[in-house]
Amino acid sequence: MAEFWTDFLWPLILILVKILAFILPLLLAVAYLTYAERKVIAAMHLRKGPNVVGPFGLLQPMADGLKLFIKETVVPTGANPVVFLMAPVVTFTLALVGWAVIPVSEGWVVADINVGILYLFAVSSLGIYGIIMAGWASNSKYAFLGGLRSAAQMVSYEVSIGFIIVTVLLSAGSLNLSQIVRAQSGLWYCIPHFPMFVLFLISALAETNRTPFDLPEAESELVGGYNTEYSAMTFAMFFLGEYANMILMSSLCVILFLGGWLPPIAVAPFTWIPGVIWFALKVSAVLFFYLWARATLPRYRYDQLMRLGWKVFLPMSLGWVVITAVALHLFGWLPPRA
Amino acid sequence: MAETRSETFTMNFGPQHPATHGVLRLVLDLSGEVVERADPHIGLLHRGTEKLIEYKTYMQALPYFDRLDYTSPMSEEHGFALAVEKLLGIEAPPRAQYIRAMYAEITRVLNHILNLTSYAMDVGAMTPILWGFEIRERGMELYERASGARMHANYFRPGGVACDLPAGLTDRIAVWCDEASAFIVDMERMLTGNRIFRQRTVDIGVIDEEDAIAWGFSGPCLRASGVPWDLRKAQPYDCYADLDFDIPVGKNGDCFDRYLVRVEEMRQSIRIIRQCLQKLPGGPVKVDDHKISPPPRAEMKRSMEALIHHFKLFTEGYHVPAGETYSAVEAPKGEFAVYLISDGTNRPYRCHIRSPGFAHLQATDKLSKGHMLADMTAIIGSLDIVFGEIDR
Repeated sequence: MAEFWTDFLWPLILILVKILAFILPLLLAVAYLTYAERKVIAAMHLRKGPNVVGPFGLLQPMADGLKLFIKETVVPTGANPVVFLMAPVVTFTLALVGWAVIPVSEGWVVADINVGILYLFAVSSLGIYGIIMAGWASNSKYAFLGGLRSAAQMVSYEVSIGFIIVTVLLSAGSLNLSQIVRAQSGLWYCIPHFPMFVLFLISALAETNRTPFDLPEAESELVGGYNTEYSAMTFAMFFLGEYANMILMSSLCVILFLGGWLPPIAVAPFTWIPGVIWFALKVSAVLFFYLWARATLPRYRYDQLMRLGWKVFLPMSLGWVVITAVALHLFGWLPPRA
Repeated sequence: MAETRSETFTMNFGPQHPATHGVLRLVLDLSGEVVERADPHIGLLHRGTEKLIEYKTYMQALPYFDRLDYTSPMSEEHGFALAVEKLLGIEAPPRAQYIRAMYAEITRVLNHILNLTSYAMDVGAMTPILWGFEIRERGMELYERASGARMHANYFRPGGVACDLPAGLTDRIAVWCDEASAFIVDMERMLTGNRIFRQRTVDIGVIDEEDAIAWGFSGPCLRASGVPWDLRKAQPYDCYADLDFDIPVGKNGDCFDRYLVRVEEMRQSIRIIRQCLQKLPGGPVKVDDHKISPPPRAEMKRSMEALIHHFKLFTEGYHVPAGETYSAVEAPKGEFAVYLISDGTNRPYRCHIRSPGFAHLQATDKLSKGHMLADMTAIIGSLDIVFGEIDR
């Protein structure tokens, strides 16, 4: 019995607590990301943004959540109810699952696995299924086109994201996300790999279906795209999933290029601040870039998006992989074998 | 082996769709995302305006014109006022002509702000429209101060304008001109040089000179194709002959040129407004014939004749000599014309309205063929379609 306790139950409880400790702040962050988005974009639009519910409108995300929660979930007659209802669950779950390997500070990670980045890559590739299922099961033409666009888009940009990640892996010599961060203690990868940093930021916009790549839900063309037919909680789950994904991609960007939880300079006043604060600050900065892009840019057309992905990003990232590999080998900068 | 079969995908674009600017219903045949055929359906906003006008006196008919193209109400009033004036054989006094020209140009700026920014929103840029609405609202205030209503003004009347400008309004208009110029600079910074905006609009929906004329294009859409045709220059009405302005002309006739032509037109309009403010003469703002324009209220308190005029004018209206006219104005969207037949009674026998949007809408099929679904929204935006005037 004692063994059952020490070997099984206790670790299980520990893991559950860890997961909870990750998920709760994450969901809170998602809620307030929607608030931040509305406030930031409002400021850029010369508007006020939410300012009625609670002080400075701070309770607005809660009010929105409550509204979506108590509304009726409408399942269209022509839809396949099982797939239709599964799709948001898949999207939402996958958006949360990816967080298992993200280290927010030294040792603050649910699962510090050696193939962390591969795991993330796999999870984010799976994310597309939710959208395809939604587009297909809705049995609506707008949703169908939205789903198809999304499928093509995510596949295209995942390829170049893959190569961008490879350059970082070559430099860090590890697939473990914590190791990648530690490898940046001298120099953040956004400096030597600056072009890839930019490509990653843009690809991340495409990967999360944000402006200027928000074609799957292009309001002025496809009404609501894949989530045209969704309402209430099913819609809320897509929404939460999308925003959780945004934060996930921003975190990945911070981990790969901006030195994760490391302070900008490892000297006294900076090192006093805990790593998790640095991490949050950096993620916020990347997220601000997302919101800024949304307020500024028009939307790409489907074929232009494909052209950008395959004819510009792919050759550039592939070329950079070769350059990095050659440079590392020639100058003997290859990381020591772990 | 089974033969490959390809089918087109038919989609209803509207009437309830965020990018159709009202109640446009486009039936699209798509092959993948490529538009093979676009079939615009009209009639969802038909209110029978033309028929209603036949049962109204000339004075009562005027407010219907505000409600045609509700984004540029005063230009439409202008068309009707000129038509009636022509049949009556009168001319508005100079001050009224300048006020009308000035307000027609304010209307043009307001219309183009709304069109260009919502066009930008259709291709995905959401910020310009919110900036534009602020400046547009201030322009509406100019309407309100002159006429009492911020949208359906009922301000231009046959024989002049409803009432003189209140004190201080001209200064406000001058300030607004500066604000609007600043807005145009801001908007251009967001859009004109933006690579994505260019990719979305350059070489989309191209129509050449000949086709544009053949399809009945007018206004900015025609000028974007390279035809320097503007009724304000070609057959000047009111005081336009005395004003100095240029007609911007495009080269390629694509969506981007239509955008550029409108931007430049706004600048020219502001130039006209400033000239009108400078040259604004004194004197009456409506003809001194109380059979057509109502007598001043003070007069009615002491003059029996004035009281009778007032009563007759607002019950029976005025009789217009028999005849017919086609009077056109250069509305922001193109040639807006009123074909008016009078049989000598107090009501028009027939009033046909030539709306520019109707001619532009029929070309959507030609413009969109072979383009993608996303281009459809850019094309509709660049044609400046408002259903109030198309369905009448």
